[in-house]
Amino acid sequence: MPGGVFLGRPGAVPGPKEEYRVSMNVLEASGLGKRYRTTWALRECTLAVPAGHVAVLAGPNGAGKTTLLNLAVGLAAPSAGGVTVLGDQLPGSPGALDGIAFVAQDTPLYKTLSAADLLHLTRNLTRRFDQAYAEARLGELGIPLRRKAGKLSGAQLALTLALARRPRLLVLDEPVAMLDPIARHDFMATVLAAVSADGVSVLLSSHVLTELERVASYLVLLSRGQVRLAGAVDDLLATHHQASLEELALTYLREAPAEVAK
Amino acid sequence: MTALTVPAAPADDAGLRPVPWRRMAWVTWRQHRFALGGVAVLLGGLALYLWLAGLQMHHAYATVAACHPASSYACQNQVINFDTTYGATADTIATLLNVVPALIGAFVGAPVLARELEIGTFRYAWTLAFGRQRWTLAKLVPLAIAMTAAAGAFSLLFSWYYQPFFADGNSIPLDPKLFGLRGVAFAAWTLAAFAIGALAGLLIRRVVPAIAATLAACAGLLFATGLYLQQRYMTPLIGRNLFTTPVSAWIISGWWTKGGTTISQSTMNQIMITMSRQILPAILPKNVNSNDIKFYKGAANSQVLNYLLHHGYTQWTSYQPGSRFWPFQWIEGGWLLALSVLLIAATVWLVGRRAT
Repeated sequence: MPGGVFLGRPGAVPGPKEEYRVSMNVLEASGLGKRYRTTWALRECTLAVPAGHVAVLAGPNGAGKTTLLNLAVGLAAPSAGGVTVLGDQLPGSPGALDGIAFVAQDTPLYKTLSAADLLHLTRNLTRRFDQAYAEARLGELGIPLRRKAGKLSGAQLALTLALARRPRLLVLDEPVAMLDPIARHDFMATVLAAVSADGVSVLLSSHVLTELERVASYLVLLSRGQVRLAGAVDDLLATHHQASLEELALTYLREAPAEVAK
Repeated sequence: MTALTVPAAPADDAGLRPVPWRRMAWVTWRQHRFALGGVAVLLGGLALYLWLAGLQMHHAYATVAACHPASSYACQNQVINFDTTYGATADTIATLLNVVPALIGAFVGAPVLARELEIGTFRYAWTLAFGRQRWTLAKLVPLAIAMTAAAGAFSLLFSWYYQPFFADGNSIPLDPKLFGLRGVAFAAWTLAAFAIGALAGLLIRRVVPAIAATLAACAGLLFATGLYLQQRYMTPLIGRNLFTTPVSAWIISGWWTKGGTTISQSTMNQIMITMSRQILPAILPKNVNSNDIKFYKGAANSQVLNYLLHHGYTQWTSYQPGSRFWPFQWIEGGWLLALSVLLIAATVWLVGRRAT
């Protein structure tokens, strides 16, 4: 894979509302719950993730991470409580759709469409699309525009499409699970470049914390459909006297079953 | 847990203008061009066949129609020859064409949403700024219009193709097998099948089961309409002693009465067959040509009917006159259009509500 991280974007203009973006919560939930038939995938979820972070939603498989992300991007409707994004916007509302780019698990893209077709499709269905950035990035990654999406690594293409939308919040569901270590590194480097260049907030879910230790600045720990822990990483580590996020998470997840049993 | 921050300022983009509708045109075309092409090939191929076969058939019928006087034995024989030569093929074609709307509904309508839901790409399409309900509408409406228009044009060609059989009295326009292929009905059936397919795709979320369900639902609706609904669009006319109903009338049922009691048609048929068997030998000339026997049978039958009428029997026919073809077309087209609009509206509404 051609190395190097594409830093910054040609033509990207800093957002005009930089100052209040910092005080805004990109995700706010109160008493949020989601039930599928008889099972609660998410219960009593109350949290506020401030803007400007790379927030990691961690927890074992089945903890409710995908459910929470689906609720945040408006693909699912809450069964209880409420959720807002990017300040006070309802998920799925025009403003929320405009400001959030979502890359779903396993990055489902139209396999029969070429990379160029996908750029065209996305540009048509969004208000902003930075075609020059997208093409430059695909060029850097060595992804030919005419190649069908089904024959490409979906993750980098999906991330490029998402970033070219110039989102205020980037939501990634298990983005690194399927990638090999090098691709994983490149992927996260791209995300971080966007964060530093444009001040994009990131909300990503993962069941492995090791790789994300370096990038995470905010942590939400979920298990069995409930929030176990949430806060800025520095604060959490200081308060709980733990050396790493992974140890912190393990401690909490081990305690969790006992808590549930009560 | 972190304390909640001060609520952010009202969104600067609260009054965002929607992404223009026309931007979906390319997307719909790019994603469904193979389905559209498939329909073009299917209908185009069938149209080519109808055109070529129709030209030949119309040429043959021109001779039959020119025969004068039309009621003569020779002319009637020409009609019978024409019907036996071309009738069976045309009949098979008509029967098969009834399946076309269901095929379009299943193979074009059902995958529109089912494929997105099955492979997960709806998570991509529905989180773009265009908006999922508008996206659904912008896909379904142009596709529905394209299918309906293609079917409408095709049914015009079929009407022309089949014309000789209505002209010579071999077929009646209200026959359910033919009724749905002409006028506005064929286009309306195609539209309804497409709408059924779209909704089935959304509810079932998988392409192959959605195709199967669409085929089943369309078949059920088609049979229910042909067998029960169509004959009730308007109250049937009741005819008394109509042994020669207008050629284009669609007979719903027949029965007899004598002195206030009703006798079923089947009972009467048995009586009439027995009687005409008794009469036939008396009127049949010696050395009769076997081809001519049916004419003497006809004579015997009318003697039987005359006898029955003079002995207090009355024959009743419930029928729909051929003049009701267009009112029936508008009724069928109307309710199918209403159903389609309802189904598409339900689909769009459910897309907005659909939890994943």
